[in-house]
Amino acid sequence: MHEFSICQQIIIQVNDIALQNQASAIENITLKIGPLSGIEAPLLKQAFPFAASKTIAENAELIIEVQPVVVQCNQCGSTTNTAPNKLVCSKCGSSHTQLLSGDEMLLASVELIKTDSFNNEPAVEVNHV
Amino acid sequence: MCDTCGCNVTSGNQHLIKPGGKLSLASNGKTSISVLKNLMSENDQVAAHNREHFDKHNVLAINLMSSPGSGKTSLLESTIQQLKKQFRLAVIEGDLETENDAERIRNQGIPAIQITTGSACHLDAHMVHDAVHNLSLSDLDIVFIENVGNLVCPASFDLGQHLNVTLLSVTEGDDKPSKYPVMFRATDLMLLTKTDLLDVLDDFDSSKAEHNLRQLASHAPVFELSTKRSNSMQNWIDWLSQQYQMQIARVKKGESLKPAIQPDGANMHTHTQV
Repeated sequence: MHEFSICQQIIIQVNDIALQNQASAIENITLKIGPLSGIEAPLLKQAFPFAASKTIAENAELIIEVQPVVVQCNQCGSTTNTAPNKLVCSKCGSSHTQLLSGDEMLLASVELIKTDSFNNEPAVEVNHV
Repeated sequence: MCDTCGCNVTSGNQHLIKPGGKLSLASNGKTSISVLKNLMSENDQVAAHNREHFDKHNVLAINLMSSPGSGKTSLLESTIQQLKKQFRLAVIEGDLETENDAERIRNQGIPAIQITTGSACHLDAHMVHDAVHNLSLSDLDIVFIENVGNLVCPASFDLGQHLNVTLLSVTEGDDKPSKYPVMFRATDLMLLTKTDLLDVLDDFDSSKAEHNLRQLASHAPVFELSTKRSNSMQNWIDWLSQQYQMQIARVKKGESLKPAIQPDGANMHTHTQV
């Protein structure tokens, strides 16, 4: 039920990126969402148009890449795909595991539409956290 | 990192801005930008700020989460009765509506700030920040944040607390950790509450509840208690005292503690992938 506030966060972040790059609109937004993030992808898709209305992302497509739940065992070293409610090692049963994937809630990339297509200065915005 | 002068273009990422790279300008005037930024980053910044406030004043902050009706406010009332002579306590209460819970806490003689969230199903770091500024932190040792009763959304929001405590009342079913893994994975301590009712329930097995928690690769301790039986509260009271001492020791060393809520996998991706 908190997907709308997540959408508002997305709008704030993509708006900043669009401003920094003098974009006139946003073509699409790609997210990486894991099941253990607590965000439901279908609800996020439903909420997005309401949050995006009358913003620079109004006509943007929201692309959600759902990430698998993957744990690595610190005991036997196995890396296995598993279910969100079974994070112990499925090979040896150890609970000393590290989650490699599955709790992501990331803004992965944004495709911008530039106002001035003659501006060939590359936008540099890699990994700016 | 500098985004304007180009000094963040390194040998490791310059391929992205070359023609065909992720950041190159396409001929149709569209630019694709790789970001990899946590969607919660704004909330997390405020949460870190809240945590600095708590640490600066030697305060231990504990976030209580559970379903509605599992006994968070009753637990706080009993805890306050047992601890208020030893520690200076305060409570931040989160509910959709009413001041009822804050009034129950104030009746115990300690400060309580009520946050009414309207329709929001969780507290976020901004709401807690406002509440913190209505508390005199220098006069406090432990602040409890009673989150909105909800086993889903509160788990996703860092508030600036040091520890998460999740309550599971025995009337709810011992499979709750399997049904709500996001919540129970985020907990530093699981409390099985209302255990005085176990005598009349034949379908709740405490060991199964703990087993289901362990399936989430959680090593959080599990205590059983009932606020109706004050002698069952001792493990919880001892744990709180111990955690307070650990907080004091951490602050002395200039360290802090984040609860298990932080998505370590997601953070790992933001820092390592380009």
